[in-house]
Amino acid sequence: MSSNPRDESLEALVGQKYRHGFVTDIEADTVPPGLNEDVIRLISHKKGEPQFMLDWRLKAYRHWLTMREPHWAHLRIAPIDYQAISYYSAPKAPENAPKSLDEVDPKLLETYDKLGIPLHERAKLAGVAVDAVFDSVSVATTFKERLAKAGVIFCSFSEAVQKHPALVEKYLGTVVPYTDNYFATLNSAVFTDGSFVFVPKGVRCPMELSTYFRINAAKTGQFERTLIIAEEGAYVSYLEGCTAPMRDENQLHAAVVELIALENAQIKYSTVQNWYPGDENGKGGIYNFVTKRGECRGANSRISWTQVETGSAITWKYPSCILSGDNSVGEFYSVAVANNYQQADTGTKMIHIGRNTRSTIVSKGISAGHGQNSYRGLVKVLPSAINARNYTQCDSLLMGDKCGAHTFPYMEVRTPTASVEHEATTSKIGDDQLFYCLSRGISAEDAVNMIVNGFCKVVFKELPMEFAVEAQNLLAVSLEGSVG
Amino acid sequence: MSMLKIDNLHVRAGDKQVLTGLSLEVAAGEVHAIMGPNGSGKSTLVQVLAGREGYEVTAGSVSYDGRNLLALPPEERAREGVFLAFQYPVEIPGVNNVYLLKAGLNAMRKHRGLPELDAYEFLILVREKMKLMHMDESFLNRGVNEGFSGGEKKRNEILQMAVLEPKLALLDETDSGLDIDALRVVASGVNSLRRADRAIVMVTHYQRLLDYIEPDRVHVLSGGRILKSGDKSLALELEKRGYDWVRQEAAVA
Repeated sequence: MSSNPRDESLEALVGQKYRHGFVTDIEADTVPPGLNEDVIRLISHKKGEPQFMLDWRLKAYRHWLTMREPHWAHLRIAPIDYQAISYYSAPKAPENAPKSLDEVDPKLLETYDKLGIPLHERAKLAGVAVDAVFDSVSVATTFKERLAKAGVIFCSFSEAVQKHPALVEKYLGTVVPYTDNYFATLNSAVFTDGSFVFVPKGVRCPMELSTYFRINAAKTGQFERTLIIAEEGAYVSYLEGCTAPMRDENQLHAAVVELIALENAQIKYSTVQNWYPGDENGKGGIYNFVTKRGECRGANSRISWTQVETGSAITWKYPSCILSGDNSVGEFYSVAVANNYQQADTGTKMIHIGRNTRSTIVSKGISAGHGQNSYRGLVKVLPSAINARNYTQCDSLLMGDKCGAHTFPYMEVRTPTASVEHEATTSKIGDDQLFYCLSRGISAEDAVNMIVNGFCKVVFKELPMEFAVEAQNLLAVSLEGSVG
Repeated sequence: MSMLKIDNLHVRAGDKQVLTGLSLEVAAGEVHAIMGPNGSGKSTLVQVLAGREGYEVTAGSVSYDGRNLLALPPEERAREGVFLAFQYPVEIPGVNNVYLLKAGLNAMRKHRGLPELDAYEFLILVREKMKLMHMDESFLNRGVNEGFSGGEKKRNEILQMAVLEPKLALLDETDSGLDIDALRVVASGVNSLRRADRAIVMVTHYQRLLDYIEPDRVHVLSGGRILKSGDKSLALELEKRGYDWVRQEAAVA
């Protein structure tokens, strides 16, 4: 069965080149590689940060020196030389950041065009405010005025540190402390930029907030920091999408995202991640080691994570919810793809603390080529979480016989009133399903797309409309014809 | 001239020789029934004709409209008008029933140089065909065979046939698992699809189906070959006497 002519044509399709592989030729203001306290002081100084920020970074750095790189994930990671990384890189633009799109370096705009993100159009047509992060510094922010009218703050993290230091100081590190884990701690010491969102009490954010991240300068690890706060009764939906240019060297990406939902607030966080996965032999690609965590701090609050992870050589990521508030709800919807030599170890943690807290986990893992996909999830119900409920469903889809799917569910339930359900399935894209589609005249490529999209449908449904379409296209490109 | 001409077909599945010199000719406008005991190779025959992987044709030939059918990949066969109604239609969770059907129809239309139907045009077409099969609107939005009862799955197969309008329809035990009412619906659907330019080959265990869909020819398949052919009276005789006498007759000959 393996030596039929279809397999060969499918292999050719799987071998499609990464479409976003190009490097923008922009002079970067880059700090030489290496990490020490001076570098951290320099970063902080370049960004004109208040003392509390520098102190926090230094505390984090000193703590990081006492930590060891974690190796518990089901991943094979080549050693990372943290001294070979340059920890700061900013596009050289006029001294002050541009005030409108017209002031943005045309080359940058061209880059966005290649990525299919026409900023002008997108901003106008879709009504999406875009806070574009190019390397480490935000260069363009739109729709600020409309948001400001609603009282919503949406800006780069650096700007927030400048203009809203009290808010930053109050909330930063309260969900992911600087001591949290190796990569989060490193991020706390050296993060250069990211996004900041603050939605005040009773405000429903009038538009979807969207950030496009892009790693560019060579050898530059990227350390984003995102902080989103929804005050009592507030609502915000935040979209994050990423692509990266093709490179040979592995690039480390260690972001931290913190979400805080106060009483009756709701935060919806959606990610489409399409960083360079490495070539078909497993050379190159992004290391994506991310700490994402939200806290439902107030009663009746809700945090939803939806992610579509198709890129990166290695993904190590567990968007989690701490359900402190009574009746709060945490949700995690995930599609993770591992093709060629990609490795993904991803899942979530749901920590039930408040009464009547509920969580839902739906994870869809797709493995193709030599890809290794692991779901790792923790459901923890503390004694205080009377009547807590969890539902977990994790499904794996295998394409071909050289890939792997693994499931590591952990449960820790400390109250007898809790109810925890776990369902898991592993299936191969069936020859039966494929033949059924073929016998209806549908090509193998279209059939695989159809079957995979059907498999992921419940997750895509959670994405905002324009993202759902993008996600389906991405999946099609990532997996076209990977049935062997 | 025959639309389908199978000559001395030998097929192996793994180590097992399933078809051992099967010959059969089917002309446009005809309905043929292939009957036979379990394991005689009935399903293998239609699967091989539709292009399923996992079978090795070791000898013989199949010509369809004068072309070598076995040289075409399954999707090409479908686009050229070969349709298989599955014995066990597979579930494809999350894929909309209508979406699959529309994709299939448009792939065929494209192949024939016809413009593709848009969602609206397609909906009009499929609604009309659904009436034929007594199917309600909810069918439109369900996943492909997802949670369908046995009867619903079989009706769905014939609905697909009605929409795709094949030249050669292969029905693999379309009657199995149907109660009498569902059988009537399916049979009347098939009957309404009989046409002078369409051939239908039905594989079945039971004479019962042939009460509703009257065949022009009946063949007995046993041990990988057709042992006896006749008109519909042969089916009645089989119903009465079983298959053994056919085997004995063939052994004597």
